[in-house]
Amino acid sequence: MDDNQSGPPVDPFAGLPGASARSLGGAWQAPGSFGTTGRGSRMLGGTGRRATVISTVSTLVVLAALAAVFLLAPGSRQVEHAFFNPQDMWRSFVGNPRQGYYSVGAAIWLNIRMFIVAEVLILVLALVIALIRQSTHPAMFPIRILSTSYVDFFRGVPLILVIFAIGLGIPALSLPVVSSQSDAIYGVAALVLSYSAYVSEVYRAGLNSVHQSQVAAARSLGLSHRSALRHVILPQAVRNIIPPLLNDFISLQKDTALVGILGTIEANKAADIYSEQVFNFSSFTVAAILFLILTIPLARFTDHLIDRDRRRRLAGAAR
Amino acid sequence: MSADGPAVDARPAPDEGAAIRIEGLRKSFGTNEVLKGIDVSVATHEVICLIGTSGSGKSTLLRCANLLEPIDAGRISLWGREITGPGVDQNLVRRYIGIVFQSFNLFPHMTVLQNVTLAPRKALGMPRARAEEEARALLSRFGLDDKEAEFPDRLSGGQQQRVAIVRALAMRPQIMLLDEVTSALDPELVAEVLDVIRELAAAGMTMVIATHEMGFARDIAHRVCFLEEGRIIEDAPPAELFTEPKDERTQRFLRRIIAAGRL
Repeated sequence: MDDNQSGPPVDPFAGLPGASARSLGGAWQAPGSFGTTGRGSRMLGGTGRRATVISTVSTLVVLAALAAVFLLAPGSRQVEHAFFNPQDMWRSFVGNPRQGYYSVGAAIWLNIRMFIVAEVLILVLALVIALIRQSTHPAMFPIRILSTSYVDFFRGVPLILVIFAIGLGIPALSLPVVSSQSDAIYGVAALVLSYSAYVSEVYRAGLNSVHQSQVAAARSLGLSHRSALRHVILPQAVRNIIPPLLNDFISLQKDTALVGILGTIEANKAADIYSEQVFNFSSFTVAAILFLILTIPLARFTDHLIDRDRRRRLAGAAR
Repeated sequence: MSADGPAVDARPAPDEGAAIRIEGLRKSFGTNEVLKGIDVSVATHEVICLIGTSGSGKSTLLRCANLLEPIDAGRISLWGREITGPGVDQNLVRRYIGIVFQSFNLFPHMTVLQNVTLAPRKALGMPRARAEEEARALLSRFGLDDKEAEFPDRLSGGQQQRVAIVRALAMRPQIMLLDEVTSALDPELVAEVLDVIRELAAAGMTMVIATHEMGFARDIAHRVCFLEEGRIIEDAPPAELFTEPKDERTQRFLRRIIAAGRL
């Protein structure tokens, strides 16, 4: 390996089409180590160094091309001014209520709070729906039909319509307590309703991924249906669905921005208000950056879990 | 033997009839009738081996006896009490009958110790400390002392199957059903599992064993039942069934087994 100091660890697959994923967070890595005998490592080291050069050059070429397109476009000065004006970015980030606009940096906290509350509720509601749909007891038939309709309905209706329906419809009902909540709460309710339909399907896939023989083994030991589900089936199901689950939550993080249509001052709405005051869109760039700061760590964490799971499977299969 | 371990501490045999009595058992999957009227009974402390080709109904018979498959007709009773009627607590029945599967079916997300203690803790309500103590005693008895913290996929097939047997024994069953427990093992790992079964037989465990290991069946069984197409064709002590089988179909089966060099 001594002739490979400049490059990353030996990766005989770099340079192949799959290799680009590697630079995006190491989703693709050579399985295990490929021995360290002199001849083999020299050979692989050579390939690895060459691959590093190729991937570096191709990255630079692509970035340069994109920059050229942007800089050579006739309106690039205007776009730069409208979207990337440092002064406007800073002003919208800190906000100034006296001049009638809110801090995007402060408003993102509402997105984070909505996301966390919605996530917990979705995890619970979606599990309940999935378990109802998986039940086989005849007495559960009406509830089963109801859950299926629920999933069909909320997967089919655009989220933005659900937010409008809940945010404008529920207050219009003039019910006690229910009709006098804040828009953020209606927004969270809409997110929970819509996302639970998706996430329940993810749970269902997870439950189906656990082999029937596991149920037989658990029941044959005298465990009740409930115990078997709780201690044997669910833990395995959840382990299998963590990556798709996190994927849905990355999506949920940014969809909290849609709640702004109800007038709630979340990051996107705050950016919107700023842009209307000064006719500059740099505030949206700030919101975009803040959302990226939230979602990218979760995306990398998902990659890490997928990778770890794959390595574990390889280790298990190697026996 | 039965004094030094909790699980094989077989209850004094109740007098009311056979440990298991199966009468007129029929079972179909769709249009495929797998069991076409099975009558057999197993006395307490008796070891019965079921032999026959794959698809003859051995596994289904064992799964029915453990109530894992609902039956279509007939009845199954334990010590004279019917367990296939309405209002029977299946979970209670299964505490008395353990089953071990061909493919081990260990819980992959749990360590060996957790696999063994789960059912005693959650089905019997045993405190964790006591469940672990009993599990360790059983594990060490079957040569698995150093494996309690391992996950199943780190064990060999033979070790996994021994853990599966220990897991079933931890519920202190009175009867053990073994469903081709060595069929998924590499040949060199078969012996360690068969030794465990011999030990159980020596301790007086009542067992029904579906197996393709004819030599083992001849050594261990009090009676051997030959199944074909969902019926018990012949039911006799091994010395009789293996040396002078009466039915023509049994003879044909054994000739094929001998030709394959497995007896």
